[in-house]
Amino acid sequence: MFDQTKSTPKIDHEDKCSGQALYVSDISMPDMLYAKTVRASIAHGKIKAIERPPLPSGYHFIDHRDIRAKNFVKMVFEDWPVFATDTVNYIGEPIMLVVGPDRAELDRIAKSIKIDYEILPPTFGFTDSQIHKAFTKGNPADAFSHPHKVIEETFETGYQEQAYIEPQGMLAYPEEDGKITLIGSIQCPYYVKNAVLNCLDYPEDKIRVIQPAVGGAFGGKEEFPSTIACQLATAVLKIHKPIKLIYEREEDMLTTTKRHPSKIRMKAALDSEGKIEAIEAHVSLDGGAYIGLSGVVLSRAMIAVTSAYTVANLNVSGDVYVTNTVPTGAFRGFGAPQMIFAMEMFIHHIAKQLEADPLEYRLRHLARQGDKTSTNGLFRDPIIMKEMIAKAMDISGYRAKVAAYGKETRNRGIGMSFFLHGCGFTGSGESTHINAKVKLIKDESDHVNVYVAAVDMGQGAKTSLKRVVAMTLSVPDAQVTFDNPDTDYVPDSGPTVASRTMMIVGGLLARCAQTLKDSWKAGQRQEVVERYIQPSYMKWDEDKLQGDAYPAYSWGVNVVEVALDSTTYQVKPIGIWSVYDVGKVIDERILFGQADGGIAQGIAYGYLEVMRHENGVLRQKNMTDYIIPTSMDMPPTETVFYENPFAYGPYGAKGAGELTLVGGAPAIALAIEQAVKRPINVIPATPETIMELLKHG
Amino acid sequence: MDKIVFKLNHREVSVALDPSLRLLDVLRDHFHLTGPKEGCGEGECGACSVLLDGRIVNSCLFPLGNAAGHNIVTIEEFSKTQRYEVLKNAFHDEGGSQCGICTPGMIMAAESLLAANPQPSDEEIRIGLSGNLCRCTGYNMIVKAVKLAIARGTDLW
Repeated sequence: MFDQTKSTPKIDHEDKCSGQALYVSDISMPDMLYAKTVRASIAHGKIKAIERPPLPSGYHFIDHRDIRAKNFVKMVFEDWPVFATDTVNYIGEPIMLVVGPDRAELDRIAKSIKIDYEILPPTFGFTDSQIHKAFTKGNPADAFSHPHKVIEETFETGYQEQAYIEPQGMLAYPEEDGKITLIGSIQCPYYVKNAVLNCLDYPEDKIRVIQPAVGGAFGGKEEFPSTIACQLATAVLKIHKPIKLIYEREEDMLTTTKRHPSKIRMKAALDSEGKIEAIEAHVSLDGGAYIGLSGVVLSRAMIAVTSAYTVANLNVSGDVYVTNTVPTGAFRGFGAPQMIFAMEMFIHHIAKQLEADPLEYRLRHLARQGDKTSTNGLFRDPIIMKEMIAKAMDISGYRAKVAAYGKETRNRGIGMSFFLHGCGFTGSGESTHINAKVKLIKDESDHVNVYVAAVDMGQGAKTSLKRVVAMTLSVPDAQVTFDNPDTDYVPDSGPTVASRTMMIVGGLLARCAQTLKDSWKAGQRQEVVERYIQPSYMKWDEDKLQGDAYPAYSWGVNVVEVALDSTTYQVKPIGIWSVYDVGKVIDERILFGQADGGIAQGIAYGYLEVMRHENGVLRQKNMTDYIIPTSMDMPPTETVFYENPFAYGPYGAKGAGELTLVGGAPAIALAIEQAVKRPINVIPATPETIMELLKHG
Repeated sequence: MDKIVFKLNHREVSVALDPSLRLLDVLRDHFHLTGPKEGCGEGECGACSVLLDGRIVNSCLFPLGNAAGHNIVTIEEFSKTQRYEVLKNAFHDEGGSQCGICTPGMIMAAESLLAANPQPSDEEIRIGLSGNLCRCTGYNMIVKAVKLAIARGTDLW
């Protein structure tokens, strides 16, 4: 059990256990209508004609002609339509909503709509690049002009579905004076608000976004809910009634964003002692039909190129390819899991080829304080990976196991990954795009209310941010309240993404609370606001991808042990050990929760979770055929946190949410590799992949 | 339409509804009991779990007509019991709930397991919870919560 003094009672625990917590699908309003989305059934084509059945009274169609201002969902570019106009670009693209009081009737109407298409040739795979990025470090050309040895490999990763247990959903309703309020399962209240304002060209104070209880998100509710919000706000503007749209599981899996499939080419130039002198890397991401956040995902993937190692010379490039498939987007790790998998496997494979001890070889390349990062920034803060690795090996029995399983053919394997995660937005995102603002209000009874837009989607943001405020003020937890965000009251403290919530929002709240404490006047109402100030050392060139990409890095080591069934080739993880440096543990129970949940998703990405498309048709579309771990798949975990306080984080805290996922896939892939005695270059490493490897090498 | 008579949370109810309706929809829409959640609609995730005469069932796969003559207990009623109190506190102390969408179902699964087998092994706990998916916790903290509930609730099950 946890040391209760290191953990705060979880704020919403009672209501979540008893079923009283209200998620969006639990909320109803008088006169409420339901919406159903009518979608494209082909991957690419022109809409020639739409035959609509006559509508019963009280039913409505909503399509692109109803859009008030712009038929785009605002993300980075305006390329993603709210509703298709004359062309459809993926199976499942929204064409219209049918809105009315009875859901069975909506299904009947939606099924009887006939859409006639002129089919256009679809594009799949890595051919149509719409975003290209590149950067270099040192002099890679020079290193490659006279290498002692060159090693080149290619790595591939598949889709991963967030598979939050609560499907996407939203409820929108009209208020007085044309105001529209949206309650949704979301991560980013202000992304939703800004997207609706842009789509409707509407006054700022006439759109209100409220967060109810959110049943998991993992990035899947970062940008995608803005599409539903624009559709529903458009419908409310026309119909003037509350409208609820809840996705069914199959609709959710087939049409919402997921992790980008990737192909990563890595080429290393080695010097005469076998050390990696230079790496040339290229990342291909399948962005799906619309770019959305893919360019930002690509940046994080490219910047993670050398992961926890330092390589002096780099030539890194990447492309986002647009295809006629469902758009890909944010998912915990945001491009880093693909690249860290590739780099961890690559460096291990290089060591094997050199007949060097992989552990010793990797330790030789580990990043050290004062080294230049991949983008010529600086690792300013202490790096304590050597201690962390020693601890991970100690608690897992790594040395003895790796030696034993290496010699024997008993279908056991153990793998260890080293990794980092850049905390917060990439580059100057915090200062140029977000400029976060937080607020504390103390009332006359000296009770303090927290006003931020950070969403608690299960990760415990409310509990741990409240703890930061209470600790700083030196008041009991009960003297601080943190209600779910409502954009009518909370300032824009930024989206709940990128492992930024504790480091950035928590940091601002700590500062805010300190100001309040210093100016505390008992019995008086006081209001304190703080704004983000970029640390002065951060210099970033967005066009050239040069400089300090992140204000801080969190670090980690994962060890995974597996048993392989020699008949079915099924992999069973039998032990997981992790050591992390997240700066400072704010709430122990919450961090262990992040650690356990993150590694479960991370290893499953490496061996279990399969999603593929065939000509644009996703072959896994529900929880029956898209397999996520159950309680029987997860082995016991042991996790250790090292403290290594970051000067600008609250009490020294850095990011934690994504760090716990990014090392899972390479750790289990290396374990499987040892069990099967064959190199793994593709994940997920399914029984079929393993059988092929064993039969054909 | 013939009335379907069953016990809901220990009180007799009688409804004149299509017997092929999903019990989940009847509970949520007709009785406004929103504790059972719809996560997948196909019996994979267990978020809609309720107790049928004390044994766990997926209410999304259960036709209303089959409830006739049985006692259905939802989290709304179970949460009034001492067993719930012990489970809830154990889930809290071990961090067994994050986003919470699976939690009512997970607690029903734990109750169903412990009612049938008050001293389950670790493996039996994992099997007992395996019909309930959780994407946040990785399950270990839930397994520990059930073990803590067993230790604390010695005479309850």
